[in-house]
Amino acid sequence: MNEPNHLRRIAIASVVLSAIATPIVVAVIAPTLPPGDATNASSGEVFDNTVLLGIVTPIAATIIVFFAYTLVVFRHREDGPQEGVAIRGDSRVHVPWLVVTTVIVLFLAVFGTVELADAGSGGGQGPSPAFKPSGSALPIQVIAQQWEFTYRYPTFGGIETAHLELPVGRQVAFHVTSLDVIHSFWAPKLGVKADANPGVDNIAYVKPEEEESFELRCSELCGLWHGYMFDTGQIVSPAAFLRWIHEQRRVFAPAAKVLPPYANHYFPEPDRRAG
Amino acid sequence: MTARLAAIAIAIILVAAAIAFYVAGLARGPATVEASQTGGRTAQLTLKTEAAVGPQGSNRPWVSYLVRNQQGEWVHSTIFKVPAHSLVHVTVYQFDGDSGLRNPFLSQVQGTVGGTMRVNGKRMRSIDPEEASHTFAVPQIGLIVPLLGVPEEAPNQCEEGPCHLSQAHQTITFTIRTGKPGRYRWQCFVPCAAGFLAGFGGPMQTIGYMDGFLQVA
Repeated sequence: MNEPNHLRRIAIASVVLSAIATPIVVAVIAPTLPPGDATNASSGEVFDNTVLLGIVTPIAATIIVFFAYTLVVFRHREDGPQEGVAIRGDSRVHVPWLVVTTVIVLFLAVFGTVELADAGSGGGQGPSPAFKPSGSALPIQVIAQQWEFTYRYPTFGGIETAHLELPVGRQVAFHVTSLDVIHSFWAPKLGVKADANPGVDNIAYVKPEEEESFELRCSELCGLWHGYMFDTGQIVSPAAFLRWIHEQRRVFAPAAKVLPPYANHYFPEPDRRAG
Repeated sequence: MTARLAAIAIAIILVAAAIAFYVAGLARGPATVEASQTGGRTAQLTLKTEAAVGPQGSNRPWVSYLVRNQQGEWVHSTIFKVPAHSLVHVTVYQFDGDSGLRNPFLSQVQGTVGGTMRVNGKRMRSIDPEEASHTFAVPQIGLIVPLLGVPEEAPNQCEEGPCHLSQAHQTITFTIRTGKPGRYRWQCFVPCAAGFLAGFGGPMQTIGYMDGFLQVA
């Protein structure tokens, strides 16, 4: 009996499955995945994930077809051969394999670098960011301590608040720091995740694009109440933001009098009882 | 031979029982103490803080909160039950000296009725952050109350519990309006754990000392 061309069969089935699955994944599923479109960083993450899913879907389809085909066609039969054909090198497989994987890896390296250069893509870049957005940014300091985040707005008199509000359409520069141990400021919907280290000013850029609420939490195990270190923030209109920040200045005026001057980080020293 | 095996078996059983007793103690945690009902929709929660809990606690030198139960007895617990949708009057007898706040922002009273507290009868909106001894803070409901420390030069200070009202203390009172039922964690924000790294280990990380739950039911 003539041996059929298994490679061709697998290739055709893979192409057909990829042609069906890839558009569905890219056009239907990927855009609905988190974190959404609240900011440029989060919509950038959705775009990146869409591109990666567009690449990985044909690969997954090929692997699934290969496994399915192998399990069915090359299954053990009572009257079949006890051993398979000896496997030797085949340039028809090797060359395309090397070319395709090389192209994919190089593309991902370039694509990832370009995307990272998009103002850091929401990740903390340390005190001297390599990638900065054009134009001015509203600075907001995120102060972590066991076990609460608070926020300072240096362009509004250095006021400190218990909650976070952002104006839509305005570039924001988060300056993330800590007063005690290592924390991490993570707001998934904003596409922001930046470590909060004591003595460090970790800067992350983001531009809110939709008015909505978002959850923020600590993502670095930081002690007893780490699991409770979360809050809900708001992206609001510029006018609503101004009303809110002025109300905060009024409410927290007593605390503002005793706050230290705004700095990139702080070294509080209430260590009278430290061992 | 048999006697030796029996001795080993008894020793193993005793060690296992001791471990089980210790683990059960850890798992059980402090008792829940209910605030006293003082009216239809009001309650009274009375607390005190001591620089060293003494024989009332299993870690004698640790700083700690205590709560007064409905029988008027002081109980070493930090799990408090208060009624929902009610006014809860809180009194804290503060026997400890100051340690200072890491974040001066927390020196302002937040989340109480009127945004104030009374310290020895005097209404206050904030204190000097350097003079904070502890805080009673429930971040989930926006409650921050900084507790003024006993001055260093005050006579008759309480070094170790049980502390009595005849000894130097600050009396801090405030009122909170509780909302829907829930279990809210509370904590002290002042690094007040003597002898621990940066003042933030031991009792600062242990429910039953400077952390606990406010059960609103």
